[in-house]
Amino acid sequence: MIDFVVHEDGDSVGTIVVEGVKAGAKLTGWVMEQDQTIAVKTVSDIPIGHKIALKDLANNDTVIKYGVDIGRTVAPIKAGEHLHVHNVKTKRW
Amino acid sequence: MITKDTTIQGYRRENGRVGVRNHVIILPVDDISNAACEAVANNIKGTMALPHPYGRLQFGADLDLHFRTLIGTGANPNVAAVVVIGIEEGWTKLIVDGIAKTGKPVVGFSIELHGDHDTIMRASKAARELVQWASEKQREACSVSDLWVSTKCGESDTTSGCGANPTVGNAFDKLYALGSTLVFGETTELTGGEHLVAARCRTSAVKDQFMKMFNGYQDVVNRHKTSDLSDSQPTKGNIAGGLTTIEEKALGNIQKIGKKCMVDGVLDKAEAPTGPGLWFMDSSSAAAEMVTLCAAAGYVVHFFPTGQGNIIGNPILPVIKLCSNPRTVRTMAEHVDVDTSGILQREMNMDQAGDKLLECMLRTANGRLTAAEALGHREFVLTRLYESA
Repeated sequence: MIDFVVHEDGDSVGTIVVEGVKAGAKLTGWVMEQDQTIAVKTVSDIPIGHKIALKDLANNDTVIKYGVDIGRTVAPIKAGEHLHVHNVKTKRW
Repeated sequence: MITKDTTIQGYRRENGRVGVRNHVIILPVDDISNAACEAVANNIKGTMALPHPYGRLQFGADLDLHFRTLIGTGANPNVAAVVVIGIEEGWTKLIVDGIAKTGKPVVGFSIELHGDHDTIMRASKAARELVQWASEKQREACSVSDLWVSTKCGESDTTSGCGANPTVGNAFDKLYALGSTLVFGETTELTGGEHLVAARCRTSAVKDQFMKMFNGYQDVVNRHKTSDLSDSQPTKGNIAGGLTTIEEKALGNIQKIGKKCMVDGVLDKAEAPTGPGLWFMDSSSAAAEMVTLCAAAGYVVHFFPTGQGNIIGNPILPVIKLCSNPRTVRTMAEHVDVDTSGILQREMNMDQAGDKLLECMLRTANGRLTAAEALGHREFVLTRLYESA
């Protein structure tokens, strides 16, 4: 069972692809580009489609997905934490 | 797997273009002619009215776009014949003459000096003849590369970027290799990934044209922008689906142009391409607007990946929905033509997903109704550039 997918090695985030993920769950991730699996323990309840941080991020860090900048953090984020509009903003508008 | 020898059963039109539907449409020039068009479509079975809210007091580039969209819709090879109705004869004739260049039958009626009753009666007589004529048209074997294929995604979520959109990309790579005519657009929705599209442009001239269109749309956004674009880009649905920023949404969006296609040229809104290849159309990212522009540019089949479940259709352009979000596939099954959720569990690879989409495209081209067609989704939405005079 794949719980989350990561576009490529080096991305800061994975995408949850199953329903009902609860804090404390040990999740299996699939890194699509490298075709490898990784394991991460979540510290948040995360809905399907939402992102999990794969590493600790400081405030104002750049978030990487698809190997590309997708915005900046507006709060420190721990590995395993739910990463979304409450702690990440666009750099564009 | 499609090859250059793959054929579909299509309608070869007078100008050589291939359509996959055989509509007879009743096309209003303006908002106040909708009632007459709907009355004609009600009288004559097998015809379809395309009501819309515009066409009065527009001017300049906005009026040009209005005319281009209506003429392009009538000219689309999915349309066999057209009845045009407008309030007065000048603009009505302009639309009729534009559509007539394809060689297909088109007749126009204007309401002034006649009223609705007389116009509806005369237009109904013409529509009856046209629909009976069209109903005898036969499908014939046509090359798969004769299909012009458009794409635009909607109510995307993060599964779009890892499943449904790269599935379109895989299919586009395969169609591109066969010399197909393809298009993508959604100008603001490339924000954060515009450098990736620019790098795929065939020539530096195309790249310059693309960046000019991209920057022009950014100027529109900057002129009117509000915090987070009022939850319009990303949309509330995108955010509910887990997309956080426009950059993330754009990078998912760009997966639709595959890994091998080059951007061969750029198009203005509703502008027809002049040759095969992948075209970028400067366009809104709103689903019904963009798909209407694709139909007006002459595209005959549309790939529409969704995450959270956009339900859009178009009156003349079959919209094939694909989805990789297992929850959406479960809760909104009647809207999904191609289920690609298996990608996320490694039950299906991208190549298999692309082939599954292409198989659905062939069946759709051969006549199978899409979910949106069966459900009656006929969103015909004209893009406006600015206020009426």
